[in-house]
Amino acid sequence: MAEITKLIHKYLRHDKKFPHVWCPGCGIGIMLGALIRAIDKTGFDKDEIVLVSGIGCASRLPVYVDFNTLHTTHGRALTFATGVKLAKPGMKVIVVMGDGDAVAIGGNHFIHAARRNIDLTAVILNNAIYGMTGGQYSPTTPYGMRSTTTVYGNVEHAFKISELAVTAGASFVARGTVYHANQLAGLMEKAFSKVGFSVVEVISHCHTQYGKLNRMGGAVAMLEWQRDHAVPVEQAARMTEESLADKFLTGVLADRMLPVYQDEYDVVRARAEEAEEG
Amino acid sequence: MKKRNHEEVLLQGNEAVVEGALRAGCRFFAGYPITPATEISEILSVKLPARKGTFIQMEDEIASMGAIIGASLAGVKSMTATSGPGFSLMQENLGFAVMAEVPCVVVDVMRGGPSTGLPTLPSQGDVMQARWGTHGDHPVIVLAPSTVGECFDLTVRAFNLSERFRNPVILLLDEVVAHMREKVVLPGEEVVEIVNRPKPKVPPEWYIPYENTPSGVPPMADFGDGYRHHVTGLTHDVRGFPTERPDEIGPFIARLFRKISQHMAEIHSGEFFLTDDAEIAVIAYGSVARSAKRAVREARDLGIKAGLLKLNTLWPFMRAAVDKVLQSARVLVVPEMNMGQISREVKRVNQGRARVIGINKLDGTMITPEEILKPLMEVS
Repeated sequence: MAEITKLIHKYLRHDKKFPHVWCPGCGIGIMLGALIRAIDKTGFDKDEIVLVSGIGCASRLPVYVDFNTLHTTHGRALTFATGVKLAKPGMKVIVVMGDGDAVAIGGNHFIHAARRNIDLTAVILNNAIYGMTGGQYSPTTPYGMRSTTTVYGNVEHAFKISELAVTAGASFVARGTVYHANQLAGLMEKAFSKVGFSVVEVISHCHTQYGKLNRMGGAVAMLEWQRDHAVPVEQAARMTEESLADKFLTGVLADRMLPVYQDEYDVVRARAEEAEEG
Repeated sequence: MKKRNHEEVLLQGNEAVVEGALRAGCRFFAGYPITPATEISEILSVKLPARKGTFIQMEDEIASMGAIIGASLAGVKSMTATSGPGFSLMQENLGFAVMAEVPCVVVDVMRGGPSTGLPTLPSQGDVMQARWGTHGDHPVIVLAPSTVGECFDLTVRAFNLSERFRNPVILLLDEVVAHMREKVVLPGEEVVEIVNRPKPKVPPEWYIPYENTPSGVPPMADFGDGYRHHVTGLTHDVRGFPTERPDEIGPFIARLFRKISQHMAEIHSGEFFLTDDAEIAVIAYGSVARSAKRAVREARDLGIKAGLLKLNTLWPFMRAAVDKVLQSARVLVVPEMNMGQISREVKRVNQGRARVIGINKLDGTMITPEEILKPLMEVS
């Protein structure tokens, strides 16, 4: 049996009613593939993993995989995940969100989860659009681009999700694309192995909404766009600012040892127990 | 930790909520500072870590509600506490807890509203919000204490009911009950009856997470128990997977309501005070019930056949109890620190059998015994 077939049998839910909700050519399936390959490599048991998501196309992912899965409310996945992790610190908690989910409605939760450095991994699929509701602009839609709510061009400026996570205090931040699927699995594996708040931003495409409205071609053309605009962070160090202007960085953007919330709270518990006994 | 026996203590309502929560087994609290509920957070931030529990101050009330649902799904009894503005923010996730059947307790210490309103003054303005605050048709359990002792008892009950029925339970205090101090006899830990959520007794491959059981309450596996299942706020089938099939949606919604409606007697609690022969019955809850009791006593001294039905359960509404007082009562008096949220429900049950008089006050002050006694004298 091919390697991928084994993984499909091991990790996808057989009692779930397929087919999935995603459009043909969507990048979320590639992200799902990378996610289960990465989890398989890290060696976590299926019972140990809680996969949490919010609302949107990317957040439909957990229903198809055979873990403890939690499909929450729009933007709030990280808050539910915080409760799960603190109540059962032994669980590996992974949170899947889209760009609107993570940095629009859930933006506050995102920066606070990073600030606390709570031991969670956030996997954020960034396709620069609200896909499920039909193509409205999101906080990562680039300036000037079209959506069904910016037909005359977007006049807002985009968040850079990874850079935001670095600034907010995440332990580990990486950016990949669904075009570079193998690299993406590697970045996820690193993130899942890291203790502390880790973020993997996944640059993907929505050819049925964003691509169509901005005349970027189909799924293949948009994948090629990712190939042509992604610059590995090591390579970027040797490039000029001008040549990087329309590019985005991929690879590990931050990997640092920072105090982790659970460890810090264990100290609080010890102090509180001592105070109560004394 | 050593087991404590009965002890007499002087406590504030908010403090009694904390004691009740701890003895009911609460080991996770997430909250956001807000007057007049803040004491609950402050005390739990000290007491929970000493019991290997977790206190966390979240970035807002939306996050607090999300965190307690997550903790409960991981198997830890959890609670949050807030007041009107924060309670408004919690509504969406509260609906998630109803839909996914996650036990948890939400304390709302009612202050004057709407909006920022009167942060330090009492009201009973959130009665209907507790019932209908989250969108969609849904069942809910709401309890309202009127003494500090009841703050303890009803907090324990709130946890027990939430675990028993896999439903969020809302504890509605008003600012007066939350901040007044009374002597309370706290029972020893071994005396407090604790109810835990029903657990699956079948192997994981046979587990049906949202099974249509005779009681309406499906067994609940916690994350990490080895029963990997899907939890969603989407309408789901018995396996927990999203569905749009009418033959799956209908029975699911019916079960959500049935698990509460077929256990009304177990959920309802209150007190009949001198109602057996009462021609005039006062129906009250929260701090107002205290004034009402005094007014009823004074009315009896004046020879007026008055009685009090004190509601400890607000939702599901205690229809049977109201029917009972209606056997002798020709007038129902419903004093509330709002414009008539429970009196409207009383009228619905009454169906014109008795005259219903509302005493509605919304100026930041309590309803006094005199204000209730006056109409009792007028209609006698």
